[in-house]
Amino acid sequence: MTATDDAGTEAVTGVPFTLNGTVFEAREGELLIEACERHGVHIPRFCYHNRMRPVGMCRMCLVEVDTGRGATLQPSCMLPVTPEMAVETESEATKQAQDGVLEFLLINHPLDCPVCDKGGECPLQDNAYAFGPGESRFIEEKRHYEKPIPISDLVELDRERCILCDRCTRFASEVAGDPLIHFIDRGSQTEVNTFPDHPFASYFSGNTVQICPVGALTSSPYRFKARPWDLEAVESTATVDATGARVVVQSSQNKLVRILGLDSEAVNWGWLSDKDRFTYEATNSEDRIVEPQIREGDELRPSRWTDAVKAAARAMRTEPERVAIIGGSRLSLESQYAWAKLAKGVIGTDHVDAQLGDGVPAALALGLPRATIADVCRPGGVIVLMSADPKEELPSLYLRIRHAIVEDGASLIEITPRESSLSDLAAIRLRTAPGTVGRVLAAIADNDVEHAIGSVDPFQLRRARTMLTGNRSVSVVFGRANLAESARYTADAVGGIRRLVPNATYLPALRRGNVNGALEMGLTPSFLPGGVRNRDVLPDHWTSTPVFEGKDTDGILRAAAAGDIDTLVLLGADPIEDFPDAALVREAFDRVETIVAVDGFVTASSSRADILLPAALFGESDGTFCNIEGRLSPLTAKVTAPGLARPDWMIAAELSAAIGPDLGIDSLDQLRAEMGESVGSLAEVDWAGLASADDGPLLRPVRNWDLEFGEAASAPPTSSYGLGLVVDRKLWDLGTLVQRSPSLAGLAPSAELHLSPSDVQVMNLLDHDYVTVDQGDISFDLPFVVDQSVAPHTAWLPARLPGFDVRKLLAAGRPITEIQIRVPEGD
Amino acid sequence: MATNAYVSHATGYVDNEGPKVVTSRFLHPDSYTLERSEATGGYSALRAVLQMEPADAAAQVKEAILLGRGGAGFPAGIKWGFMPAVWPRYLVVNGDESEPGTYKDRLLMERDPHQLIEGCIITCYALGLNTCFLYVRGEMALAQERLAQALNDAYAAGYVGKDIMGTDVGIDIVLHWGAGAYIVGEETALIESLEGNRGMPRLKPPFFPAAKGLYMKPTIVNNVETLANLPWIFTNGVDAYRQLGSERSPGTRMLAISGHVNRPGVYEVEQGVVTFRDLFYGDNYCQGIAAGNELKMFIPGGGSAPWFFPEQLDLKLEAAEVGAAGSMLGSGALVVMDHTTDAVKACLRVVRFFARESCGKCTPCREGTTWEEQILQRIMDGNGRPSDIDLLLDIGSQISPGDYPAAAFEAEGLTAVPFPPKQTTICPLGPSSVAPIVSAIRRFRHEFEAKMPVAPAVSDQHEQRTDGETSMSEAEAEEVHA
Repeated sequence: MTATDDAGTEAVTGVPFTLNGTVFEAREGELLIEACERHGVHIPRFCYHNRMRPVGMCRMCLVEVDTGRGATLQPSCMLPVTPEMAVETESEATKQAQDGVLEFLLINHPLDCPVCDKGGECPLQDNAYAFGPGESRFIEEKRHYEKPIPISDLVELDRERCILCDRCTRFASEVAGDPLIHFIDRGSQTEVNTFPDHPFASYFSGNTVQICPVGALTSSPYRFKARPWDLEAVESTATVDATGARVVVQSSQNKLVRILGLDSEAVNWGWLSDKDRFTYEATNSEDRIVEPQIREGDELRPSRWTDAVKAAARAMRTEPERVAIIGGSRLSLESQYAWAKLAKGVIGTDHVDAQLGDGVPAALALGLPRATIADVCRPGGVIVLMSADPKEELPSLYLRIRHAIVEDGASLIEITPRESSLSDLAAIRLRTAPGTVGRVLAAIADNDVEHAIGSVDPFQLRRARTMLTGNRSVSVVFGRANLAESARYTADAVGGIRRLVPNATYLPALRRGNVNGALEMGLTPSFLPGGVRNRDVLPDHWTSTPVFEGKDTDGILRAAAAGDIDTLVLLGADPIEDFPDAALVREAFDRVETIVAVDGFVTASSSRADILLPAALFGESDGTFCNIEGRLSPLTAKVTAPGLARPDWMIAAELSAAIGPDLGIDSLDQLRAEMGESVGSLAEVDWAGLASADDGPLLRPVRNWDLEFGEAASAPPTSSYGLGLVVDRKLWDLGTLVQRSPSLAGLAPSAELHLSPSDVQVMNLLDHDYVTVDQGDISFDLPFVVDQSVAPHTAWLPARLPGFDVRKLLAAGRPITEIQIRVPEGD
Repeated sequence: MATNAYVSHATGYVDNEGPKVVTSRFLHPDSYTLERSEATGGYSALRAVLQMEPADAAAQVKEAILLGRGGAGFPAGIKWGFMPAVWPRYLVVNGDESEPGTYKDRLLMERDPHQLIEGCIITCYALGLNTCFLYVRGEMALAQERLAQALNDAYAAGYVGKDIMGTDVGIDIVLHWGAGAYIVGEETALIESLEGNRGMPRLKPPFFPAAKGLYMKPTIVNNVETLANLPWIFTNGVDAYRQLGSERSPGTRMLAISGHVNRPGVYEVEQGVVTFRDLFYGDNYCQGIAAGNELKMFIPGGGSAPWFFPEQLDLKLEAAEVGAAGSMLGSGALVVMDHTTDAVKACLRVVRFFARESCGKCTPCREGTTWEEQILQRIMDGNGRPSDIDLLLDIGSQISPGDYPAAAFEAEGLTAVPFPPKQTTICPLGPSSVAPIVSAIRRFRHEFEAKMPVAPAVSDQHEQRTDGETSMSEAEAEEVHA
């Protein structure tokens, strides 16, 4: 998959050039190295990478080029093809140059291939065999460095092996925007290294390992784990976040050992976040549930599948309104459909929600015209960011947006409660105090731009309005930027944009992997698979639909706490750790009769279950992923699930057989066939072709309802002493996968309250390390840091970090959360 | 006031009683002050230029055939014409003088900073731009101090800044000190450095500064001495300028001569008129080889230039003539070596410089220059192998393929190979390291051979393997195990 050929056709304006005596056509502006490649001539290279700017550094791709002034050696990676250019890739001069460069690269290379992880898949090895001189004339002592040095928690650098191709350093500064590694010293002493006391702590560091053309950069999780010739590989999709980065999953001896990025033009361009890349470790975790278990008293005891299924079915066979299902974003699209049908078509309950109170109303995600990532990143377009920091929550999307702004002239309007990682690149920054984002967008939409709203002044409102109403394409990335405020402000804000820019398109920045699939498949109240309203239709192959309007996770937990739910099913969800209102979850868990957990891990919630059903996880079962754009891509089994764990759809099928009526699903193919017939948005999907499709098809949403927006609401004002609390997620946190991946578990920073410099000054906190935080009757002492990214009168505290559970300060349903801080007593 | 002697307050400068285009104030001890500059016609050329149309001023420079003094000798007026009509555009002044043997720009910056500033403003005006970056080599503390003071004074006097000399012309000069890398004297590396990046050259094409230079905007990079000529040209006129020097190379050049001559120093010399012999032996110039020794070889244009020998003494100091003879005038640095000089050692010294200063970007230069240095050092240490001589040439050919420029050597029937060399690298640094190697081996191969131990201390690697015996010397063995 490459960037160059969308339509699979030759560009109209071909540039004729001569390659080894034959005339071919290059595309306008195409680099010589790419044009030759396309016409079947591979020019060796080290520094050139098609997703980064060329530097012409390694000199490996020198070829003899004649542009009419005599043949000279030119780096083909820097040279756009011009008409009548004549190229000789096999000439004596070219071969001598290649020979020479390889000899130079190898003189100081340690040639420790037998103990090098890259051995067997090493471009230096390959090129040395194919183009090298075969023997060395170098008898001096080779260059020595300490072998290997850790440059971050995940990456180790062996400078002896490094050939200084500038790939990792270019990636860090150009692509990731984390210029934390660089060249140091000169001449043959040049080395790549970090700045003193600043490790290469980039969320994208693993990409440097993948693109390193030698074994200089190795990842600590994979180091010495396997040899390339032992690896088996399949193409799949990362399920860590909703971007759905395409990956290659590699295993050795039936164990996942490595994930590589796959160059998908539509999605991730070959790049992965370290979370995408390294959380495979969790599938090998000790915490895996390997057999069904049934609670006997205080203990969960192993059971047979049939007994566990029977027990679970018994618990689900109560009145439909008294059964609720939370979760499902971990599942494949097929499993999501099976579970939706089990819940809504078999059990008859509409109390189903895949989101855990930290997303947006499902209607908003389903009902807005969906953008593709390419739409959002369209050159010259306007991107509105109204979500949590994409670098923390949707890192692959962050890279694409960053590229669009830096390289392709897109402009960013950032409308967020605190600075994001994109703030420095934003054209317009609106810092919305908690609870005000809806009113800010309403004011912009209604041209009511004479007065400041919170900290957003009229000038900024006017600028934003001007940019939004220009003739550039507008796309909106929206989500819950702040867990400590109600989702309705997000909805109001979207309503404002929709009014002002009717043809804007939207990407819902929702949390958890296949959440978009879950919503589309009806794992959300009020909707059936395909995003249709519950009572409007009866899908093919269905015999009934729920007869009542269900509740979301918040409502389900309230009902459970009130004694209105008997059976609570946790579908790969851990609300005890993951739902914003921890107190409510505890009350609900104490009150329900039966908890059925379908999970891969022993978690705080699944360990409370009465019946525990082991599920197959990423890399262990086949299926389909539906990403943030509604793009379908394959999930592929590479290893067998541990113990008795099964794919989720199979568990749904077993349960339906025990509850009745039977779903009648025996195989994935049969399940897909049914989905194609009963889910309108999947009607045209070519399931068999999914695995080989370059970019996967998009859902074709069929909606039989209209999205409606109300008047933008106002949040209650904060008192003059209070700070509006902003809560969001960090990439490294106490999440299930991160904590079960040994290499990542320690990366979560400890919880600190982030305060704006002005508040710290006004409150005379400079001499202190801790503050006392008051919220209602609750008081805590918390360490704090001064943070420029925090707006005055707000405080930022990321969720799920070690040291402090911010959910103690949150309560479901509260419009915004206000805290007060003071100097601790006795300090 | 002519003295034909060293000028004590301008260290290294010799007044040779010739025409003075850029050194006219050097004899004044306070030549660097605004007072002296104004008292001796400073900024009067600027006043005149500001009355002209910018295009006319540029046309005059083109007509004057003001050759670039940084090394390549490209006419400044023609270079200026390469700028597309794109704004913003910048002037960058290359004061990162660091070619081995060269120290003329330093004197110009230390002794007459106002002349340079005036030249900068004239250039900016002629090119219709309003920001000039003056990049001064990091090690030149006095030049930095004098330039900074001069610039402050010039701003205060209204020669730089807003509304220059009562016109509505506004031009700013930004000073920037280098961090001590030779390669930043190369214009694209200088631009990288100026942008705050590591000084590494950019590939031309596509990054020709005139089209995609500083911040990817059209940028003219000129040498200090080049611009220092402008006040004189506009004061005395193009015709007067072209009266000096030769037809193809008008004006004067600052030449820095070092090494085994009786009077090394910086001389202002008419271009294309004087021969090397005049320069080394003339009474007005270097007054002969030191200690009555014989000339063995000389470098005509800085460390990067292939060597010349006594046969080339009668060549005129003129770019085209020197180029055809196999070397270059470069930045006007001449290094003279007498018959006591060890050719191998001299070669090692120059190669070592390039090995240490290689920026590390292109593989052939980064690895090749150090390898050359290691081999030469080994030969100097008495551990050479006969095969090392051809290996050195071979490594050279991998950095600079094809016949390397060299002077004719009639005794051996070798004809001159004209300048410039070909290169597998982005910039000429790597190929420059080949110049001393090819020059020395071509002429003094016997000196290399003489350094080889009678029984080779280190046999050829492959012999070693087939013989199955080690013949590493004790010293070598110790070094390896250290």
